[in-house]
Order: sequence, then structure tokens, then C-alpha cells
Amino acid sequence: MLHIINKSPLSSCALESCLRIAQGGDILLIEDAVYAAASGSALEDKIREAMGRFRVHALMPDIDARGFSERVIEGVSKVDYGGFVDLVAANENCQSWL
Amino acid sequence: MGEDIKKFMFVNRKAPYGTIYALEALEVVLITAAFDQDVSLAFLDDGVYQLKKGQQTKGIETKNFSPSYRALEGYDVEKLYVEKESMEARGLSEDDLLVDVIVLTSREMGELMEQQDVVLSF
Amino acid sequence: MKFGIVVNEGPYQHQAADSAYLFCKAAIGKGHEIWRVFFYHDGVNNATKLTEPPQDDRNIVNRWSRLAQEHGVDLVVCVAAALRRGIREENLAQGFRISGLGQLAEAGIQTDRMITFGD
Repeated sequence: MLHIINKSPLSSCALESCLRIAQGGDILLIEDAVYAAASGSALEDKIREAMGRFRVHALMPDIDARGFSERVIEGVSKVDYGGFVDLVAANENCQSWL
Repeated sequence: MGEDIKKFMFVNRKAPYGTIYALEALEVVLITAAFDQDVSLAFLDDGVYQLKKGQQTKGIETKNFSPSYRALEGYDVEKLYVEKESMEARGLSEDDLLVDVIVLTSREMGELMEQQDVVLSF
Repeated sequence: MKFGIVVNEGPYQHQAADSAYLFCKAAIGKGHEIWRVFFYHDGVNNATKLTEPPQDDRNIVNRWSRLAQEHGVDLVVCVAAALRRGIREENLAQGFRISGLGQLAEAGIQTDRMITFGD
């Protein structure tokens, strides 16, 4: 299953709830959720831990737009919109954690 | 179950009244039920507040739509799932809720989501 | 593959409409079909032809109209949500149509995947 998160993990519990409830699969960080993929934040350890259970992806156009191109946590897979489409197609279902 | 019946789950993570999402989500649920699909509702995080007993909205001049959750049964929507952790984090128990629900652990909720064909979040 | 898209936020206020559009464009580019885009909640504001962004900004409404024109994408605006927010036939941009919530349920039934963009 693909879990799509679009909110900053520092202002919303969407990512946290997803990590608590979801049982593995792919997580795609888009829009303001890409801040979760930035190294050096208070969330980095949590993301690294999540990478043991999930494949974590981040939407590069959203990362670039926010000035974090050079600070993506190692191991987070970088995708463009085409990669986003592929993730949706490859998973049986998806959920946006709005 | 026929091949043309899909499992729809409506995931509610937002509180009522502060925003319109909860009310408009309920409208989608009622319509989808009329399509004879396998419909369930999940209440996570602040979405649990939608089911709190005793909502009185006169003072904010807004329609109290909470009785509609009790009407869902009449539309054959009987699967209302609440995540235990979300409920307890808000100091609520099943007795505080205005409709019968099935309380699931986080893991059970996650497994149920995996089984859906369509997950719509509000 | 057939995709159904749900847009729950208005243009310019929230990135959801941009993300949804860019997803649609990429999906079509990869040979997938966008079977329907359903506009709900404040998403119905994507459909008004009265939108006039500054010249140096993207025109989100026209972008949707072009998607409908060039790729036959069905752009459906929820009637109940639209009426609440003053979106009617007379201010509807090209390519959009107003219809009931049943169109959202139908998209869920008919498509292979549903993707929601919202807040």
C-alpha cells in the first residue's frame, strides 16, 4: 500500500499516525511533508527508523522548491511526478493522510 | 460477494465544525452506500471527535450533523471503526460515542486499510 | 491504467490543485488514463472562469480546461459543494461539468486507482 503524506511533520501528526497505523509498504512525502526528508531536523531519527519498515520516497520538485535539494536524508528515494505515478500504479491501493 | 463490489473505506481524521470536511465526508458516505458497495468508516486522530455524544451547535449557528452517524445503519453502513489509541489519547471511551463502533488497535486498523480497494480521506 | 483523482482544495490557496494537475500530466505522459477528476470541498473553486491570476502566475483553471480539451479528461464538480460556494453553470470554465456525488462513487468503482489531493 502507498501512503501519501503532505504535511510538515512538525505541525501535523499525519506522518506520526501513518507510522503508527500503517503496516509497511511505501510512504511518499509530498508538498510540506518533504521537510520530513531533510537531514538535521528533530525528526531525522524517526525517519531513519521508519526506513526499516517502509520504503520512504520524497517528491523532488517539492524538495527543490523548498531549498532542501542538498539535504535529503540518505536512503530516502527521490522521485519526480512520473515516479509518483509509478508508485501509485505499483501499489494495490493508496491513501492520502489528509 | 459480486465482482463489481468494491471495498470503500472513508478515513476521517478531522474534527467537526472547525472545518467542513467531516460534514461533506458524511455526504459522500451516504451516496456511496446507495451504490451497493462495501462501505466502512475509519475514525482516527481528531476524527474521533466527530462521534462525541452531546454535540450542541445552536450557539455557533451551525447544523448539528452528528445524529446522521446514527442514521448510517439505515443505509446498511454498519462498519464504523475507531482506532483505540486515537480515542484514548483524547480521553474518550466507547461510552462517550453516540453510535456503536468497533474499536481496533493501530495494527488492526492498518491491516484493514491494506484490504481496501478504495481509500478516501477527509 | 485508469486513474480517478479527487481534488479537495481550491486553487492558489493550497498546493493540492497543482500537485493533482502535475500528477495527471505525468500519468498521461506515461500512457495512463485520467478517467475523471472530481472536485469536492473547496476544490470546486478550481472550476470558476472568473479566476484571473496575475500575468506572471500560472492559470490553474485554464490548465484544467486544457487537460479536458487535449486529453478528454472528465472534470466533474460536486453540485452540493459547488452551490454552497457560489459555483454555478453560468461561471463554469470550459471542460468542467456540475454533477452529483454519485460521480465520485462511480469513479471509485470504475477506475483502477483513486488518488486524493487535499489539505
